[in-house]
Amino acid sequence: MGTRRGGTVAGPLSSSIMTAPFAWIRPEPHGIHVVPADVWIDPSRAVPRALVTHGHADHARGGHGETIATPATLAIMELRYNTRAGAVAAEYGEAVTIGSGVTATFLPAGHVLGSAQILLEHAGERVIITGDYKRAPDPTCALFQVTPCDIFITEATFGLPVFTHPPIAEEIGKLLAARAANPDACILVGAYALGKAQRVIAELRAAGHRDTIWLHGAMEAMGRLYEEHGVGLGDLKLVSDATKDQMRGSIILAPPSALNDRWSRRLPDPITAMASGWMRVRGRARQRGVELPLVISDHADWNELTATIAEVNPQETWITHGREEALLRWCELNQRRARALALVGYEDEDD
Amino acid sequence: MGNAGLMEAFAALLDALVYTTSRNRKLALIAAYLRSAPDPDRGWALAALTDGLDFPAAKSSTVRTLMKERVDPVLWSLSRDFVGDTAETASLLWPAPEGAAPQDDLPLAEVVARLAALTRASAPRELPLLLDRMDANGRYALIKLATGGMRVGISARLAKTAFAQAFDVAVEEVEEYWHALTPPYAELFAWAAAGGPAPDLASTPRFRPFMLAHPLEDGEVDLADYAAEWKWDGIRVQLMRTGGVTRLYSRSGDDISATFPELLNVLRVDAVLDGELLVRGSAQGGEAGGAASFNALQQRLGRKTVSAKMLKEAPAFVRLYDVLLLEGTDWREHPWELRRATLEGLMPRLPASHFDLSQLVEAEDFTALARIRDTARAEAIEGLMLKRRDSPYVAGRKAALWYKWKRDPLLIDCVLMYAQRGSGKRSSFYSDYTFGCWDGDPDVGAELLPVGKAYSGFTDAELKQLDKFVRQNTLNRFGPVREVVRQLVFEVAFDSVHSSKRHKSGLAMRFPRIHRIRWDKPAHEADRLKGLRGLIRD
Repeated sequence: MGTRRGGTVAGPLSSSIMTAPFAWIRPEPHGIHVVPADVWIDPSRAVPRALVTHGHADHARGGHGETIATPATLAIMELRYNTRAGAVAAEYGEAVTIGSGVTATFLPAGHVLGSAQILLEHAGERVIITGDYKRAPDPTCALFQVTPCDIFITEATFGLPVFTHPPIAEEIGKLLAARAANPDACILVGAYALGKAQRVIAELRAAGHRDTIWLHGAMEAMGRLYEEHGVGLGDLKLVSDATKDQMRGSIILAPPSALNDRWSRRLPDPITAMASGWMRVRGRARQRGVELPLVISDHADWNELTATIAEVNPQETWITHGREEALLRWCELNQRRARALALVGYEDEDD
Repeated sequence: MGNAGLMEAFAALLDALVYTTSRNRKLALIAAYLRSAPDPDRGWALAALTDGLDFPAAKSSTVRTLMKERVDPVLWSLSRDFVGDTAETASLLWPAPEGAAPQDDLPLAEVVARLAALTRASAPRELPLLLDRMDANGRYALIKLATGGMRVGISARLAKTAFAQAFDVAVEEVEEYWHALTPPYAELFAWAAAGGPAPDLASTPRFRPFMLAHPLEDGEVDLADYAAEWKWDGIRVQLMRTGGVTRLYSRSGDDISATFPELLNVLRVDAVLDGELLVRGSAQGGEAGGAASFNALQQRLGRKTVSAKMLKEAPAFVRLYDVLLLEGTDWREHPWELRRATLEGLMPRLPASHFDLSQLVEAEDFTALARIRDTARAEAIEGLMLKRRDSPYVAGRKAALWYKWKRDPLLIDCVLMYAQRGSGKRSSFYSDYTFGCWDGDPDVGAELLPVGKAYSGFTDAELKQLDKFVRQNTLNRFGPVREVVRQLVFEVAFDSVHSSKRHKSGLAMRFPRIHRIRWDKPAHEADRLKGLRGLIRD
């Protein structure tokens, strides 16, 4: 399965530096560098060897010499960035030797299909990079796995105490109620095309919604990929194949960028919804002209972020991207060692 | 709504209104709430939505202090900065107690009563007891209710319309009763919702809905049937006195007495009068006209207190159009001619310092009247009013009774500079246009300065063309705004132009709208700022 054993890439640094605790792992502006193996985690530019946590564009980029990721992430990258050469698959839980005594283990992160935390082990020291993650159950991907480590490198996209995501069933209930109340209109849901869209569809199905769900063209291929990975999404059709009347009383999914774009003019009297953790804040929803905000996120909310740090209980927490100040403050208030990493290239995607 | 009327239902309504931009959907939401909520909750909700409630002991600072005691100050300020609204941040961060009592037994009326009973000393103790019983949406509604400023875009007019829609009554009637009643408007609901008698308001000072005019599009009227008077450019007001109390109402029925205190002690007869509020000056109708431009009046609008200096520099007076009630007689059913004679008879009893009569404009025939109308521009008057001599005074806009015959608009050629996305149905279109005039000769490096903004005056088909033009000629994007190549000329119609310190161009247009799209005209042939300045009549 493409597992590399006994890699021979030597670390470029002298042994005296290498013996300092955790000196083998080094945050750089464009990614986290595993120095002895010369491997990068989610680098924002092309490198000879990369470990990729998941398929979102700000973590997964094309052009690396070798890309090590879960099979599903590799499939997503092949679809989105045409990454085929140098793809090395790593199953969840399988310890992969990446050279110079470093092993990497991909563990479920619960973010999107194929998403992983990466556990790095070297000289008895354990470091976890979460990538993006959430704790709430999601029918489209494996549940986050709490794993003990010394350094926990966490995301902080929703790292403010105002962000608490309600149970998804409540939000799906709102969506179905709006649909039932507007039989002549349609509900247009803005959802990120990788992960969010499929999760919303799967949750709609779980809530008993059996009708055709109409998709923007940009979502078709990813839906098929999820189906191929065993995630049933039910009857999906393309908006471009429908008449206005066919779409009355139905739910339509599109990438957030299409919500107020010319594309939406073909829809019957759309009520604009958006599935995103940002919808927790009224101003954010109003700014985007959202009439039906659905607080649905694929990221950990404040309570999940803080509870996860407490459960994993690392010696030290490093915070990669998002609202790191507030999470740092929380660590300080709870007597936990923490530092913020200034990584570039991660965005507040339309989550 | 299972528990409509309770605090939770009110919070849900408020939340839905926050996200709704369509006027019709707003109306439907409010109407549905008013139908299902019990008394007196729905009355309180109505008052809250139209800023009719005030709880002086509950301040935004009270809320901030409560939060400081409960949330780490660093986490609070990081959150507050991100959210941008104190009430919302507090609603999200309030630590709900373990095993909190469910909120669905809490009527809005009880919340209102508790807020009204607050003092500065008791608020820090009592507010938490309420906040503890609610979820985040409920807390948001509570804090907004307590500290004022709902900001959900509900004008009094919209609320009245929703009320009329909910109970299938005439909005004019709602308007007439509304302003005479106080929250929670028990008599109003008893009448409209429960089929009770109309509220007895004989001795209450109250607003009577205005009679309004249709625009005279083309066509003419026979001056044997219609009288003409100037359409003055101030604000339409109703001045009324009863039981020794004088009140001044704006066109929307708002009580604006406090803004114009000089008018509250000058009416000595019990009457309800219709007129134009103006300030002294000479811009409108010259020295004889005696009224300043609308711009001068604007300095006095919207103030809660008025300085002595302002009273001296811009004294207000009312130019009377009509009489509705006089000393116990309701004249509204009588023909305009009779009301006019009654008004003329009343004039000697009113102090000339604060009242004059809107003079009739005499003309031989319609053509002659049209010539007179054309002089209105120099006089800075909006146009003419045509009133059927036998028209009763009826609320609202009734066909063929009164017409407004505005002078032709001014026209100027401007260049499109920026376009912004619209809202609601227009949210996928760049439909709001900012345009400018040249500050000199464009052939020797002059620049365009924005002079106005318009979002009407074009057809749906033209909107599509404009949208396409904007997308294909974008220079820069700033959020929902696009800067475009300075190429497209608009012929812009507007009513008047005034000097303004707020705009870089130093002027502001009134009612600008797109008159024609000049696809054919080169941008450098658009008008200069100098020409536009020449039209200022301040």
